Amino acid sequence: MAQQISILDPRGYPPKVVGKQLAPRLDSLDGKSVYLVDCLFDNSEIFMDEMRDWFAANMPQVNTKIIKPRESWVDDPDMRASIEADGDAAILGVGL
Amino acid sequence: MHTHVFERLAKMTARTAGMPTTRQAFVPQPIVGKNAAELRAYIKGNDPVSLRPFVQEVIEGLTGPLSEDDIQGLSFERSTPRLLEPDTEDNLHQLFLDNRWTDTLPIVLPTEERIEAMLRGTSHDPAEVVANLRPAQFREFWAITVEKVAVNAVMAGAKPEHLPVILALVASGITARSSSTTSFSTLAVINGPIRGEIGMNDGIGALGPYNHANTAIGRAYALACQNGQGGSVPGETYMGSIGNGLSYSSVFPEAEERSPWAPLHEQHGFNAGDSTAAVFLGGWYKQSYYGPREHWQERFRRCLTASEVYCPPLIVMDPTAARAFVQLGFDNKEKLIEWCSENAKVPAREYWDDQFANTLHKPWAVAGIEPYASRFKAAPDEMISAFAPEDIHIVVTGGESQPACFMFGGLFRGKDGPNQPMSIDAWR
Repeated sequence: MAQQISILDPRGYPPKVVGKQLAPRLDSLDGKSVYLVDCLFDNSEIFMDEMRDWFAANMPQVNTKIIKPRESWVDDPDMRASIEADGDAAILGVGL
Repeated sequence: MHTHVFERLAKMTARTAGMPTTRQAFVPQPIVGKNAAELRAYIKGNDPVSLRPFVQEVIEGLTGPLSEDDIQGLSFERSTPRLLEPDTEDNLHQLFLDNRWTDTLPIVLPTEERIEAMLRGTSHDPAEVVANLRPAQFREFWAITVEKVAVNAVMAGAKPEHLPVILALVASGITARSSSTTSFSTLAVINGPIRGEIGMNDGIGALGPYNHANTAIGRAYALACQNGQGGSVPGETYMGSIGNGLSYSSVFPEAEERSPWAPLHEQHGFNAGDSTAAVFLGGWYKQSYYGPREHWQERFRRCLTASEVYCPPLIVMDPTAARAFVQLGFDNKEKLIEWCSENAKVPAREYWDDQFANTLHKPWAVAGIEPYASRFKAAPDEMISAFAPEDIHIVVTGGESQPACFMFGGLFRGKDGPNQPMSIDAWR
């Protein structure tokens, strides 16, 4: 029988995952303000314009607003504060 | 909203954020290159993951009632034990392959004796955290300690005297296993006395597989990042579409003694007697020129303007080429870098017709940050320089068998920002 040996695990140390509750859902989008968050990937601007147009044509009772972070791939607390201040919901997208 | 090729990644990211039931809707890949009508069709079509109408997924995601799982989220801890379960060498090699803890080539198994010997290469506490690493923005950070770096250094076949260099590279926080869809690799340049102390090669084949220190250090840096950040698994923690062979190992020293110019670390505030590691994130392209001959300017201009605007050139030059440039009046690197910047001119419309200029440079331009703001204001046919002088770097290395000049795409990055070599001496 081949000899057994003991060796070290090569992986780093992952953080503890802490569960978070999803934000409360809306009963309906009627009369609500929905932010369309353009994550600034190439062409996402056109995609979000089309999302806004889809809502305008199919759910005109929804007030959509396009918003962008200050730069790509970083958290933007000011943008989040704007959404929290006068938005009812947000849709984020979309990459590549 | 995501594109469908990111399904596994998006769901894994939601899980490790403690919200595995995050509402996610998918459209087909790609978004890039599609016109408004094509994107409209995506929105009106089916989600390719759920096979239900895309907008239905979006609307129900905002209005559907929350379940108990949605309210609780998911909490968990993952352990990475110090020691693996004892087993035979063959089985342990297979375990490492099965768990994707290697670069698929054979490794040296990291026994306690080998780790103990490796750790003699540094004075630092094995428990000290060297860096927090992640494969991409918005992924979770994992911590890697001195001991874990040593484990990966043993696996790569490195020697204890290589460890301070490997630690300095990892301490940059720049992963050598970026998940970027663009297939980043990470090159690194070593300067200072350490090059000679550990026998690195700046002669013939400096960038090739001909020197143990060069290649083992590069491989160790890559494996430490791969395992330290929690993996580099295609479809989950690696999304490079084509991949990049430079990711195996791309570390080389500058031939300071045979260069006519100041070495890279002295250009960036270090003294000649300091040892440093400079990390270049990129490796998107490699162009070559052999000279300089009569028409070198035209050839260089073509290389410079062919370079990806987001990934500026790291020019790696044989000492014979460098000395020839001195004969042409470029008696320091800065003069040649200035010439390259002035001659890397492309029409503004071409500069901005680029995925990464649009994604990354445009928000800075809109915010008024230079030089991006001026580039953005330029008329479509106005010729603008794609690279500021501080974006371009020159390193001299090679065996003088050919006056070769290579241009690699590379963003010079350090722990706290651009153009910062990492101290190796700090990790001795």
